[in-house]
Amino acid sequence: MFEEILSLLSTTFWMILGIAVIAAVYLGISALCSFVNNVITRNRAASKGFGSLKTVTFGDESSVVANRVASVLAVVAIFFLWGVFTGSKLLGPLAFLPGPFVGESSFEYTATNAAGESDTATVYVTVTSFKDKATKKKAIEDGGDGFAKHDSVAIAERRSGILRVQNNDDGGKEEGYGVTAINGQAIARNQIVPFGDGEILMTSKGSLSIRPATGATMEALYLPPPEKVWNTFWQLNRDGYQGVGLWENVFWSLARVVIGFGLGCLFGIPLGFAMGLNNWMRGWFDPIVEFMRPVPPLALIPLIIIWFGIGEQGKISLLFLASLWIMTIAARAGVSGVNISKVHAAYSLGATKRQLLSKVILPNSLPEIFTGARVAMGVCWGTVVAAELVAAEKGVGKMIIAASKFQLTDIVIVGIVIIGVIGFAIEVAMRKAENKLIPWKGRG
Amino acid sequence: MSGLVIDDVSMTFELPNGGKVEALKNINLNIKEGELMSVLGPSGCGKSTLLNILAGFLAPTGGKMSLSGEAITSPSPKRGMVFQHGALFEWMNVSKNIGFGPKMKGTPQAEIDNKVAELLEIVGLQDFGEKMIYEMSGGMQQRVALARCLANEPDVILMDEPLGALDALTREKMQSLVLDIWKKTGKTIILITHSVEEALLLGERLLVMAPRPGRIHKEYNLPFAELGVGQDLREVKRHPEFGTRRDEILSMIWDMEEEIMGRTENA
Repeated sequence: MFEEILSLLSTTFWMILGIAVIAAVYLGISALCSFVNNVITRNRAASKGFGSLKTVTFGDESSVVANRVASVLAVVAIFFLWGVFTGSKLLGPLAFLPGPFVGESSFEYTATNAAGESDTATVYVTVTSFKDKATKKKAIEDGGDGFAKHDSVAIAERRSGILRVQNNDDGGKEEGYGVTAINGQAIARNQIVPFGDGEILMTSKGSLSIRPATGATMEALYLPPPEKVWNTFWQLNRDGYQGVGLWENVFWSLARVVIGFGLGCLFGIPLGFAMGLNNWMRGWFDPIVEFMRPVPPLALIPLIIIWFGIGEQGKISLLFLASLWIMTIAARAGVSGVNISKVHAAYSLGATKRQLLSKVILPNSLPEIFTGARVAMGVCWGTVVAAELVAAEKGVGKMIIAASKFQLTDIVIVGIVIIGVIGFAIEVAMRKAENKLIPWKGRG
Repeated sequence: MSGLVIDDVSMTFELPNGGKVEALKNINLNIKEGELMSVLGPSGCGKSTLLNILAGFLAPTGGKMSLSGEAITSPSPKRGMVFQHGALFEWMNVSKNIGFGPKMKGTPQAEIDNKVAELLEIVGLQDFGEKMIYEMSGGMQQRVALARCLANEPDVILMDEPLGALDALTREKMQSLVLDIWKKTGKTIILITHSVEEALLLGERLLVMAPRPGRIHKEYNLPFAELGVGQDLREVKRHPEFGTRRDEILSMIWDMEEEIMGRTENA
């Protein structure tokens, strides 16, 4: 227990360090862009708006406007970094980080036999890129003179290969026979010696572990370059993945969200109104709502699977529960937010209870309900993806988790980007609808 | 008996700590039909409570009230109210706000439209029928509130500091408007205000209330409302009696405030 906590603390420490370094690099790029931007725009005429006449701007939130150049550059910078670290072809010479070694290389080794004589031979190393499926090693026609014979080995890009060079040497299997130097540099067991295109480790058994240079870029398994993700996107768009079209996956995720959210509204809003208008209902549902609200919907997944299985009913039930409490609380807050003088006004203008509800309380609580709906849609979208990660036949989350099992990182990234874009689109659509339907919000 | 009758009305609030506040104590009033009455007093004298009781939003702890012989127990369209901040429905445009009362009664739409057009003209908002509430200034909003109240043809109009949140110039225009409407429609109007000048201008009858317990301290019958109809109100304010009354009432309220302050300090 104590050691685990210690390890947790040390992880935290390294994370702080890591985040600080990444932030420093990213902010450095930002500062550089800002500097260049300032130099370029320095001689332009200053804007003539009212804001430009303010002398107090630091601390005046209203005078802070998002610099759109910065926004564009930020996105460009992300793609640039992505390209640099994955050795993207799109960047051309700008991708300055060295990639992994691919091609032909060789080194000489010196072997000493049992009699104490030395001889040298060459090892031909062929490093093939991932694209070439068949790795072909160089054919050795002539083993060379002396007792040490030439060898050849084929290694895949970023991988290492173990070669027991003495196997084909004359007397190589005798006691006392061993490799003593690489390219003239002495080597012993468990030692590493560099050669032109990588390094060589002699194992404790005397074999050579040849490690061609891996470069400084990331492997596509961890992060594929942007163009690969882009190509994968088009390929998915055309062929789908595992027999399900990309947009079919998106459609199923969205359909679940819309139905679950719709059910949440259908029952949550009247429940919220009831709680806002009636003592007994408020008292009856208060403990349930207050208890269920802080339970994250994801925690319900196991229970939902046990109850409803992994079919559509389970997912929709989960989304219903995810949105129900949010909508209930939003509607309740909407009713509580009705200014009492508006209620008084409606009654003294002759409204009945029913008219008060439909003509005053409902429209007056729309802004609150809309805020709740925005939150609920966001939560539902996050929950549906998580639910599909657990079990589903179709859906964006299912596509991601299936692809991750085959280490198809490019498909995972396409899925993540689509999830982000759709989440953003939902938010924008809700905001647009809000402006259209409740123009009085915030202006009462 | 016609008119508004307030018979021995008391209102005692119980505080959570067990104490009691007598917001109103034994109020007796007879308000004739068509009377314009203003109510003035320092904060805490119970004038808003009195208005809420008359509107039917609060039940008094003692006494009873009636309008034209009918007991007041709940809100009714016969007693219209104009609130300090309008209490307009911002999801409706100006015309719909004004037509709200008749619509609730099920009046035919054509009739409502006529009435709304007429009222828009009375309050000087002819071209603003289609505007949304949030597009209008505070003064215009109070005009809408007034029109909305009138649309229901109430017997009594209760005004709870309706002009309190307006700037001085808009306020003066609205005071003229209230006088015009009073004269044109002959409605009974009860207006609560913090401003002594407003109370003098808009009160045939002026009630000064005193706090702890809330009670009627003094009553005046004044000529200024009648003088002010269709007149420049600044002219009315130059009337010698206006100045005397204003100073008299101001020092009366000043004394009450002093007394409250003294009492809190001693307590």
